[in-house]
Amino acid sequence: MSNVRQALLQLTSAPLAGLSLTLGVYAGCHWIYRRSGLKPILNPVFSAASILVVLLLVSGVEYEAYFRGAQFIDFLLGPAVVALAVPLFTVFDKMREATLPIAVAVLTGAITAAGSAVGIAWLCGASAETVRSIASKSVTAPVAMSIAHDIGGVPSLTAVFVILTGMLGAAVATWTLDLVGIEDPKARGLAIGVTAHGQGTALALQVDATSGAFAGLGMGLTALASAALLPTLAKLLW
Amino acid sequence: MLEFLLLLLACQFLGELVRALTNVPLSGSVIGMALLFFGLVVIRSIPAGLQQVSSTILQHLSLLFVPAAVGVTLHLSLLRDEWLAITAALVGSTVVTVIVTGAVMRLLCGAQELRIKNRPRSAALAEISDPHTLRPEVSQ
Repeated sequence: MSNVRQALLQLTSAPLAGLSLTLGVYAGCHWIYRRSGLKPILNPVFSAASILVVLLLVSGVEYEAYFRGAQFIDFLLGPAVVALAVPLFTVFDKMREATLPIAVAVLTGAITAAGSAVGIAWLCGASAETVRSIASKSVTAPVAMSIAHDIGGVPSLTAVFVILTGMLGAAVATWTLDLVGIEDPKARGLAIGVTAHGQGTALALQVDATSGAFAGLGMGLTALASAALLPTLAKLLW
Repeated sequence: MLEFLLLLLACQFLGELVRALTNVPLSGSVIGMALLFFGLVVIRSIPAGLQQVSSTILQHLSLLFVPAAVGVTLHLSLLRDEWLAITAALVGSTVVTVIVTGAVMRLLCGAQELRIKNRPRSAALAEISDPHTLRPEVSQ
């Protein structure tokens, strides 16, 4: 019996465990999410991550050990972002018609995202570490982390804010847009992508192809605008 | 299908290469997305295999964020100490950004559509009221 326990303990830190656990928990959460009729509160990223965090804390397995397996899933984010070019191309004509609105909306949105997050955090008395790390929270994770590095934040903390923003965006974007009566799928998609990067794009893709494509566009352009502007703005502020 | 998976990886690889060589402040995958997009613009169509690979991978896009999300465990103590400020900042900023971006986009798209809709009619009106266009008919 103790041999079985020993073997199990060893396996928990093997890549197979982190990989299959992530897939299994996500599959379960996604099933519930679909059964619920895509209720935003049951967002599978949020529920799956919460369950996995609890499992790690209870079992005492280190995040590094977990990530040895989960990194294979994490790695696929790269090619997945590249694949967004396909839905983007399908709305190429709609995009060309709206070049100026897109550019202005993305610029305004990217500055609003960073400015409001920094402002509210600062007003609520957050530490300098938090304030600097939260600025790039609406930017897709890899770019957000390099911006955080440039403006004196903590990249791994920024990754957490990016993910939390993604979950929040996926949870409240649809509801917020309904509330203020924005119905155009182009505007809805762009707003979700600018605010909640890839996770928002994943949500928008489930709703319809046009808003999914505009979300992907919003995500890409926000990364570009933020990377270009935030380091300069940060220099003025701190 | 496999060759198109390879194409995605190749675009990402090229993107990483561009980033390393030029120091553009973008991730390799975002540059890769731009490269593939321009490729599609050039050939003016989406190969069936590429469509298949991209919808397969994007269908489960949410799953790919889970490992990074579990990274929350690394910062639990800071999150506990500053949860109120962080929650306020993230929720407030998310709602404000969604509204501002959506409203600006709708406003500008609306203005543009209005202009396009009005253009042919006003152009037509101008033609009719322009005495020069009417003169030949009158002289006949």
